[in-house]
Amino acid sequence: MRITVTVDGTKYTDEVEPRTLLVHHLRERLGKVGTVVGCDTSNCGACTVHLDGHSVKSCSVLAVQADGCEVTTVEGLARDGKLHPVQQAFHDNHALQCGFCTPGMIMQSIDLLADNPDPDEQAVREGLEGNLCRCTGYQNIVRAVRDAAQQMSPGAGPEAERIAENKHVGVGGD
Amino acid sequence: MTATIEPEVGKSRRRKEDERLITGRTRWTDNITLPGLLHMAVLRSPFAHAKIVSIDTSAAKSAPGVIAVYTAKDLDPDGSVGMPCAWPITPDMKAPRRPVLASDTVNFAGEGVAVVVARSSAEAHDALEEIDVEYDELPVVLDMEAAIADGAPLVHEDLGTNTSAVWKFDSAEAGTGGNVEDAISSSEVVLKRRFRQQRLVPAFMEPRACVVDPTSTQITMWSATQVPHILRVMSALTLGIPEHKLRVIAPDVGGGFGGKIGVLPEEMMSLLVAQKLGKPVKWNETRSETMLAAHHGRDQIQDITISATRDGQVTGLKVELLANLGAYNGLVGPGVPILGAFMFNAIYKIPAYHFACTNVYTTTTLTDAYRGAGRPEATFAIERIMDELAVELGMDPMELREKNWIKHEEFPFTTVCGLTYDSGNYEAATEKAKQLFDYDGLRAEQEKRRASKDKVQLGIGISTFTEMCGLAPSRVLGSLDYGAGGWEYASIRMLPTGKVEVTTGASAHGQGHETAWSQIVADQLGVAFEDVEILHGDTQSSHKGMDTYGSRSLVVGGIAVIKAAEKVIAKAKPIAAHLLECAEDDLEFAGGKFTVKGTGTSTTMGDVALAVFAAHNLPDGVEPSLDSDATFDPENFSFPHGTHLCAAEVDTETGRIKLRSYVCVDDVGVAVNPLIVEGQVHGGLAQGIAQALFEGTEHDESGTLTTGTFADYLLPSAADLPSFTTDRTETPSTTNPLGAKGVGEAGTIASTPAVVNAVIDAVRHFGVDDIEMPLTPMRVWHAIQHGTTDAGGPGRGEAGGGLGSIDATGGAQ
Ligand code: FES
Ligand code: FES
Repeated sequence: MRITVTVDGTKYTDEVEPRTLLVHHLRERLGKVGTVVGCDTSNCGACTVHLDGHSVKSCSVLAVQADGCEVTTVEGLARDGKLHPVQQAFHDNHALQCGFCTPGMIMQSIDLLADNPDPDEQAVREGLEGNLCRCTGYQNIVRAVRDAAQQMSPGAGPEAERIAENKHVGVGGD
Repeated sequence: MTATIEPEVGKSRRRKEDERLITGRTRWTDNITLPGLLHMAVLRSPFAHAKIVSIDTSAAKSAPGVIAVYTAKDLDPDGSVGMPCAWPITPDMKAPRRPVLASDTVNFAGEGVAVVVARSSAEAHDALEEIDVEYDELPVVLDMEAAIADGAPLVHEDLGTNTSAVWKFDSAEAGTGGNVEDAISSSEVVLKRRFRQQRLVPAFMEPRACVVDPTSTQITMWSATQVPHILRVMSALTLGIPEHKLRVIAPDVGGGFGGKIGVLPEEMMSLLVAQKLGKPVKWNETRSETMLAAHHGRDQIQDITISATRDGQVTGLKVELLANLGAYNGLVGPGVPILGAFMFNAIYKIPAYHFACTNVYTTTTLTDAYRGAGRPEATFAIERIMDELAVELGMDPMELREKNWIKHEEFPFTTVCGLTYDSGNYEAATEKAKQLFDYDGLRAEQEKRRASKDKVQLGIGISTFTEMCGLAPSRVLGSLDYGAGGWEYASIRMLPTGKVEVTTGASAHGQGHETAWSQIVADQLGVAFEDVEILHGDTQSSHKGMDTYGSRSLVVGGIAVIKAAEKVIAKAKPIAAHLLECAEDDLEFAGGKFTVKGTGTSTTMGDVALAVFAAHNLPDGVEPSLDSDATFDPENFSFPHGTHLCAAEVDTETGRIKLRSYVCVDDVGVAVNPLIVEGQVHGGLAQGIAQALFEGTEHDESGTLTTGTFADYLLPSAADLPSFTTDRTETPSTTNPLGAKGVGEAGTIASTPAVVNAVIDAVRHFGVDDIEMPLTPMRVWHAIQHGTTDAGGPGRGEAGGGLGSIDATGGAQ
């Protein structure tokens, strides 16, 4: 089947097998290896990307289902050499160790903040329930998400305004 | 004017590693692609124990995209290849050959039987289904006690037994302490308990993978391994590949926790297949394969006897273990319980000690190192039994610990196992932890809840611990029959522009070596943190090493870096003197500068590096190089310690556990990067708490793993864990110049008993004195209902019993 997917702002048209999963299409065909595979049961969340602005586990979406859609991966978050505030917050708060869960965690966190711009600790924990991390014990991830929420909140200064304005960057692009 | 340079060591530097990891510009093994790359998939046995009658690969061979299909016969025709075991713990250890692919019998569900090589991974996996294997089932051997009973079916017929080895330590025989039988028979109180360490899955997030490229004069292997250097040596020894013709690269590695310490049959298969085909080959396992075939951890039955006086002085400790090796020996699997042998006495002055471990083969996936390896198991047993002893004596469990632990002024202290603990301050860590925790306040609340028969009861769990870190002293490892040394290597190259390239043999998989090593080098050489690049995980660039496990990287590898830096400075000094036209003795080195004493005249390390590069004006006989390397082999282990306190709320109607607070104060000696230390502790706590509450593998009676995916094996998510309060005390190690002690395993070791002690404490007044891990709501509820502990499900032996298990030969009579 022929599909067209816009990934991180670039349009790709390809022939794909009907059974190809979006994550394999991204990794193997398009070279978007920033998104990784951690399980075969859609439990770990390592493969999380945004599909038309919402987080999905790309191992549970067929490539053909993404036909005509916009996909944002962790590779498409930084703009003009500047990290997305959630990426920055992960770095600032030491919210990663081996980093394997990190692309998925970041993508999920951005979606979580789009839904709830000021989550309390419990809301962050529940919002990340579908993403497993074996290294961090999650505490610094929770801290990072709440820190990013602060940075992104309206009225938090010019940098935050820019970020707020660019919120679409993380949630699918337009 | 010299500006004071703030030391880098001790700073919470954000990590250098992060940038590539948060932007997705990583090199996981699965990201490696090469022209003509082929994909390998492994057919795995569905049976735990069976004879292979026949294998028909003809249909698979003609499946779409398939290039080749191999069985053991093809890859190892004369059956000469055996997977290596580096730790034959006794001279008479029974060791079966572990083939690369099973040929006659399969001995665990998941053992490889054939491999398919195809153009794509999907095609390779499709073709697996076309292979027809006829099996003749054999009886499974799942239970350790049954396995060593007379007449048990044998895992390996040719060994004639399921016992691999029995390893013993006795303090009276070793001359390090008294006779334990005498201690037990003459003591007022004797307590005997049985604990079970359930089998766990290390569950690194990146599945294992390797890529082998044989298309050049040298074979290159990328692998998601913790041990690239050991992998190279072992591959050479196992397959006869000349070592210098093999380069192993561990690129970004997504976690290990001991789970990536093995030398894998799949790695050997990939090497063999790639060489046969002359084409690059990739193997990338699925998560279900990881759960089945990557080694598991723990899995011990621990029979513990402790004796004491009525007023709480411990007089003796006897430990008898059964350790489940699974079907074969892992790379260091047989030695894992031995690592624990030295830690059962923990932080206590125990005058008599006896340890015996029986390693047992069963038809299950093999076990090997998992975070802490042996030490979490030991700490669990001693910390649990100390709580039980306190109850028996009617003492506060903290008071009992204080009464027996080694006092600050008694260090260095030689234990009943013969280890010398260099430094420690259990008082300070405990005091701090108690304050942060509000120990007295919570005890008061616990009383109140008990008195009011509150539906939700509160329990307080204590766990104090120490471990031996820095798996090194080569001589000690040698005396324990470990096959290799424990030294570590580093080299430093000063580049002409004043930047610094450092290699380390300690290959990281998430621990932040690039950052910590940069901090160390910046201080040593007086260069900027940003000017240091750390190379690791490639046997070509960092050409020697012993890799990363057992919290050894910093306390062994970090010190090798310091030693190399000292040599670089020594090499630079005569050159600086020559450039400054002074005598060497007139120079002092500080903050990256050689200064002529009493003058402002100076030259920097960078200036010297440039002068060496140009080589126009060097002292006679001096080589134009400002590089050096060093190997460090410490004299002793290091002994971090800590006090962990957990408050657990237990809903007595549902058995649900909520961790109300978790406080720990760890003493890891000098913290090079407190931010990284804190992160390591958090991650360790999560894993230890997960053993207490969530994780555990299960097999059905045919030996099939029923917890074979993340859907069935409960790895905690953010929603399952609390926030932790972590803090530190700092008692520098005296066995290395950095004063560091190691931190990678601390959280895991201490947290499991802290949580279980807390839960038992919450429900003890229902007559509960033990619950088998993981403490699921069902088990907790059942224990409360029955007031005894035989509710734990399979595996709990008689020695556990209820409160009646107290075998009081003295005081209770
Ligand atoms: S790889 Fe998609 S959820 Fe695990
Ligand atoms: S950082 Fe390693 S799995 Fe999350």
